[in-house]
Parts: sequence; C-alpha cells; structure tokens
Amino acid sequence: MDGQDQAYNFAYLDEQTKRMIRRAILKGLAVPGYQVPFASREMPMPYGWGTGGVQVSAAVMVPEDRFKVIDQGADDTTNAVSIRKFFEKTAGVAVTERTGEATVIQTRHRIPEEELGEGQVLVYQVPIPEPLRFLEPSEVETRKMHALEEYGLMHVKLYEDIARHGAISTAYAYPVKVEGRYVMDPSPIPKFDNPKMEMAAVQLFGAGREQRIYALPPYTKVVSLDFEDHPFDPSKADHPCDLCGAEDSYLDEVIVDDAGGRMFVCSDTDYCGTRQANGHRGALAAEDAA
Amino acid sequence: MMGDLTFDSSRALEGGFADVPVHSAHAFRAAMECMARPGRIEDLAGGQGPEPLSVAASVLLLTLCDPETPVHLAGDHDAGPVRDWITFHTGAPLVGPEEAMFALGTWAALQPVDRFAIGTPEYPDRAATLIVETDRLEAEGAVLTGPGIRDQAALSLPEVAAFQANARLFPLGFDAFFTSGARVAALPRTTKVR
Amino acid sequence: MYVAVKGGERAIDNAHAWLAEERRGDREVSELSVAQIREQLALAVNRVMAEGSMYDPDLAALAIKQSRGDLIEAIFLIRAYRTTLPRFGYSEPVDTGAMACDRRISATFKDAPGGQVLGPTFDYTHRLLDFALAAEGLEPPEAVMAEPLPPEVPHVTEFLDREGLIQVEEVPEDDTPRDLTREPLELPAGRPLRLQALTRGDEGFVLGMAYSTQRGYGRNHPFVGELRIGTVPVEVDLPELGFAVEVGEVVLTECETVNQFVGSKTEPAQFTRGYGLVFGQTERKAISMALVDRALRWEELGEDNVGAPAQDEEFVLYHSDNIQATGFLEHIKLPHYVDFQSELELIRKLRREAGTSSSAVTGVLAREAAE
Repeated sequence: MDGQDQAYNFAYLDEQTKRMIRRAILKGLAVPGYQVPFASREMPMPYGWGTGGVQVSAAVMVPEDRFKVIDQGADDTTNAVSIRKFFEKTAGVAVTERTGEATVIQTRHRIPEEELGEGQVLVYQVPIPEPLRFLEPSEVETRKMHALEEYGLMHVKLYEDIARHGAISTAYAYPVKVEGRYVMDPSPIPKFDNPKMEMAAVQLFGAGREQRIYALPPYTKVVSLDFEDHPFDPSKADHPCDLCGAEDSYLDEVIVDDAGGRMFVCSDTDYCGTRQANGHRGALAAEDAA
Repeated sequence: MMGDLTFDSSRALEGGFADVPVHSAHAFRAAMECMARPGRIEDLAGGQGPEPLSVAASVLLLTLCDPETPVHLAGDHDAGPVRDWITFHTGAPLVGPEEAMFALGTWAALQPVDRFAIGTPEYPDRAATLIVETDRLEAEGAVLTGPGIRDQAALSLPEVAAFQANARLFPLGFDAFFTSGARVAALPRTTKVR
Repeated sequence: MYVAVKGGERAIDNAHAWLAEERRGDREVSELSVAQIREQLALAVNRVMAEGSMYDPDLAALAIKQSRGDLIEAIFLIRAYRTTLPRFGYSEPVDTGAMACDRRISATFKDAPGGQVLGPTFDYTHRLLDFALAAEGLEPPEAVMAEPLPPEVPHVTEFLDREGLIQVEEVPEDDTPRDLTREPLELPAGRPLRLQALTRGDEGFVLGMAYSTQRGYGRNHPFVGELRIGTVPVEVDLPELGFAVEVGEVVLTECETVNQFVGSKTEPAQFTRGYGLVFGQTERKAISMALVDRALRWEELGEDNVGAPAQDEEFVLYHSDNIQATGFLEHIKLPHYVDFQSELELIRKLRREAGTSSSAVTGVLAREAAE
C-alpha cells in the first residue's frame, strides 16, 4: 500500500459507498444473472468508460491484490492504462499484465484466453446491462418481463434474424440464460467468449451509468440462446495468429498497408506475448523476435 | 445516543476495526468468496462485539451494515450490550423481523424464518440476509449443489428442510451466512440442499 | 513487420501535457484567476453549481478554469469531487418565503405585495455587442439601489390559494424524500425525485423539453406566477443541541408557474402548478423546470397522456443528466475493434451463405416456372 495517495480513501470510494456496492454484489451472487440496482456514484472518469467496473473493482479490492486491466483484450490500450493507473494511485495495489498472476482482472469486451481459476475475480465493464433494452426501451416494462420470465420478445428477435439472414445476426453481447432463469447481457464480448463464462473464477458485472450490478458465481450454468435447428456458433476468424500461430484465440484484423493487406493477431496481448516468448511463431512474425 | 444513561460506553466503543478500509476489504472479500462458493469456510478477523456475538458475526456486521441497513436481533443476541455496540459501530437501525435487511441470531432464535423478506418478483434482491450463529461449522453434513459449486460441497447446516423450501422460492428467498467463532460460510437461495 | 500499438501510457501523459498548455493559452495574455471567473462569469458558475449539485462558487470557478470553459466538463469535475465528500446530514427545508430577493416578478398580477423587482436581468437589454467592454479598465456606472425588499415577501400563488383557485400542494408531513444521488433511480419515481433530477438536469435538455410543451407536445398553458431570485439561509438540525443552526446561505432561483386547466375527471376547475428551484441565478433553467414538472404531473391531475416526450417520466429522467449522457455518447471514441471484428466476421459469413443460398433459390424458382 506504500504507493497509495493518502488524499483519498483506500480505493477512492468512501466506506459507506463501498458497503452499498458490496451488499449489491452479494445479492447479485445470490441471484445469478439478475441485475441488482445500486446507487452508482460519479467517478473521476466518464460514464461509459468503465465507471461500473471501477466501482465494483474498488469494492472487492484488497491491498494485496495484483490488478490487471484489459480493454479489447489488450493491457496497453489507453483506457486500460488509465484505469490501471487510477488504482495504482488510489489503492496502491500491484499491477500486472500476466493473466495467471492477476487476482482481480477488470475487462472491457473480452474474456482472457488463459483459463481463469479459483482465487481470481473477473470484473466486467457493462454499458447497457439490460439484454432486452433494444427490444423494449422502457425500464418499467423490461423489469416486468424479467419478473414474469417473459422472454418471448428475445426469441422472436433471434428468430427474425434467422428468417432474414439465415443466421442469428448478433456477433457480440450475445444474450445468455443463467441457471435456466434470467436472460443476461454478457457485456459486449464477442460471442466467441460466451462459452468461457462457465468458469472457476467469480464474475462480477458493473454498469455505472445504468446503476446495475450483476454476477455469476463460479461454475454457474450459462447458456447462449439458440434454436435446435440453429445452434449457437461461437465462431471466430478462420485463421491462426500471424504473430504467435495460435489457432484457438480470438483475433483482431489489422490493415497493414495502403493496398488493404491485412494480418490477424491475437486480441489478448498477454496470451500472444507469452506464446511468442515461449518460441511460438506465426506466419508474419519477425524471425529475430524474442 | 451519548446521553442515554443505559449506554455502556466501555463495551460499546471497543471491538471495531482498527483500520476500517483494509479490515472491511479483507472481510468482504472472504464473505464474497463464501457467498460465491456455497459451503466454503473462511476465517474473519478484526472485530469483536460483546457476548454472545462471535468474531465472524461481529466482522460481518461491521463490514456490511450501516444506517441504511435495518438489522433484526433475535433471542439472546437481542441484548443491551449488543444493541449498543451495533448502534455505535454501524448506526444500523434495529427493527422487527419483517423490515430487516440483516437478521442475527441462532437458528432456533430466528424461527420462524418465513417472517423474513424474500424479495419481490421485480426486486428479488430486496431479501433478508440471515447471520446464523452456530456452535460448529464444518464442511460435512448436508450435501450442496448449485451455482458456485463445481460438483458438490458439504456444510454442517442446522437443518435441511427449511433450506430446501427456501431454494424452491428461487429467484425469491433469503440468503444466509453461518458463523462460528472466526469461521464463516454462506448459503444463498440458489443452493440445493440434501 | 507488424508492431502492436504500444505506448498508451506515454501517449496519455503527452496528451495531458499538451492539454495543460492549451488551457493556459498564449502566455503573453495574463492568466485568469479563479476569483475573476467567480465574479465576472457568475452565471456560468451558477450553472456549474446547479448541475454539479454542489454549492461552492470558488470550486465551480476553479472547475470552469480547469475545463477551459467547457461547462459540462466543469460540472463533471464538480460531480466527481462531490463523490468523495462524506455526508454529514441533511439540512432543514429552505424557506423561500423568507428569501432576501434581488429579483421578483410576476406575470399574472400587475402588482402584488412586495412589488415587482426587476433586479439584475438581461430581459430588457438590447442585445447589441457592447464594444466598450472590449476596452478594459472602464468602470460601469454605479447602480442605483432602491429600498431593499421587506424580509418576507409573500408568494404570489398564495393569493390564488386563499380563494381556492389553485390546486393545494399536499406536503407530506413525515415523508423524507429519497436522495437521487444516494439511491438508484426507481420507477415510477414520484415528484420529489423528478424535481431532484430536473434541478440537476442539463439546462439545454430541460429547456428543450419545456419548449416542446409550449409548442403543443403536452401543452399546459403556463404563466410565470412568480419568479424570484435571492438568498436564503440553510439550517441544519443538530440533535446534540436540540435545535437547528444556520450553517450558511445560498442563492436560489424559484419559479412557480400557474397553469390553466379546466374540468378533468377528478379535479374541479382550478389552476394547477409547476415548480422550479435551482441553485444560483439560473432563471431559464428554473422556468424550464417548472414547465416540465407540470407536464410530468398529468397522471396526478387526471389528464390524458397524449404521448408527449415531456409527459414521459422515464424518458425525461433517464436522459436529463448531461454527465451520464456525455459519458456514454463520448465512449464510442474508445476502441471497439473486438466488437467490430465480430460483426465483420459475421457479415462476411452471412454474405458467403447468402451467395450460395440465393443461387439455390433461383434454382427452385426456375424449376417452378418449368412445371
């Protein structure tokens, strides 16, 4: 805790705010997939930039934690850097880019490729927590739908997709059903990541602007919505990583020249870097890269 | 409060967290692991209220309760020194079972448990959390399955039928912590018990 | 060879340094002091206090300086600072009847006890650029001060009240309103929460909503019954003392509108009210707030919901906060390449499959035509 800025309480939030968030987290764990309302505070970063995740991280963090932040899978994207610095300053916690070494991981839009274990907490930043919001704009109405387990609207939407496009046209923030009860928004992760949500780590979801917290205890049953004749397909680019050669990781497509030349690289920078350090090479990796 | 002549300041002022942000962060993390992994037993430290409060129950109160959380004290826990201690350290209002967000006592004293809030279909989170003081807390006895448990877990529950009935209310129902000395475990409404 | 985008940390540091330089501007021009902003840009300070939900002119002025005059950014700074302040307690309700008024006008009565006082208003200025202001150092003529208003100026609506011509506002005796900044918004919100949301809501948004009611989207015929601006004491009840003590004073703008409506299903013919109360001299906002408040009361007053945006509590409350709005709007600047990539994959896949299936469909049609 030596590095902590003494002008702020540990992890920025005052204790009463943390208690309020902590109570919401416990109820979220007790009712997996249900969105618990909480009195989100104004944080020193804008709404929509991870204020929900930051508040949840602040509420679960202990001084001994090793904290990792990723945005789009990468540790060095600007907003990930900014959030990591915030907690270095206000909580004095150690930070890491290594997935396996981290005890708390805050993420925007990805689940790390490396399997998470017990003793780890994955905190998601969530922009719109309500999976039904784009089908029904009214909060009063969507709350009723969850209460009555009335998810017909969602199935109609997915079915219309199939009728129009021949497939479900949702590629990220693909809705899931939790323990056979609540339909939940997994945050805008690519659907490739959906199957990873049945994991050993605790998963917490924070939506600051929308004032909602929800949670998945470890090993909770999480099923991506689909139809028997159109099963869920967690596809990704059919290509190995051009840097590390991984065939099982989610890839970003990068345009490399004016002629539209492109390459595919792992979105998870720690995963890719670790593989390269272990001698794995992709098609476009430099020969001398170490 | 300070003007109340029955207020026993010597006992009420002691037993709080020495370093509030750090002690409560550790305690919450342990409590969260318990709620996320039903049956897991963790140790809590840093607080001790007056008899008959256990260390674990004291720490849970200090970590989770404040003026926004009505607390119900049942049986022997509804004693002057305990009330004063909770009032001084948390500011939580002390209430009857129906209005309680947290209820504290032995399993016998908390009966009948259907008095406690189980949430509403729109707001299932508005359900009570019971803090059940027990003589012993071991990973044996009732078999637990459900979210947070890979295959199965075991926990020495005071009874089985009440928790089976509670689980049938899902997504409504109360959630429970069990405390014994410094030890704590939890049983959310999602856990199936046999 | 491809090199992953690195150096986010250095880029951020450099951007911050550049921002600081731009904020200062040309160093040949002397630096603005916080006191200058507080005194000479007081209406900006007032808006920042009102929408920041924190009454502190010095901090609001500092926020304006730091934000280079971007008032929403300044409001954001104040809100974030406000989060870190412990809550010691709640004040007693302020008594606007005991306001020391600088300005007090009524559009519904030519004169009323207490009189009409224009105060420091732009209302009857000709909006001509005053080039004399460009020449610094000229002192303005000293304002002639009339006799100060009596300490208690009655509210104009009280006169309608006495005749029973205006709806009676029910004041719940022991019902402390919920605090929008400490509890999650729950719908239906009820009037106290709506008023809290409106008073800190974005001035432009509330103005636009109010204007829409005037143009017919939920029209309710408002008159400014009274607009008053002035200072009121703030008192806090101290249980240890057993009585309330004054801890300071705030400038407030209060607007009560008198709105006509005739014979609804549940109410006798009488005037109705809209109410606005905002920190500082913030008159446009207070009037707007009163109009929107009135529009949102349609259900309580037994009116029809004509589907006007300003009648929709959920719509108004969820979209009035400029800090929420600007954050979410601007977050689309953040990288979204993972989401975009997943859409890219999907659209390629759909096109591939459409390519094959459309030829299959063509085949079917050709066969049908042949049969």
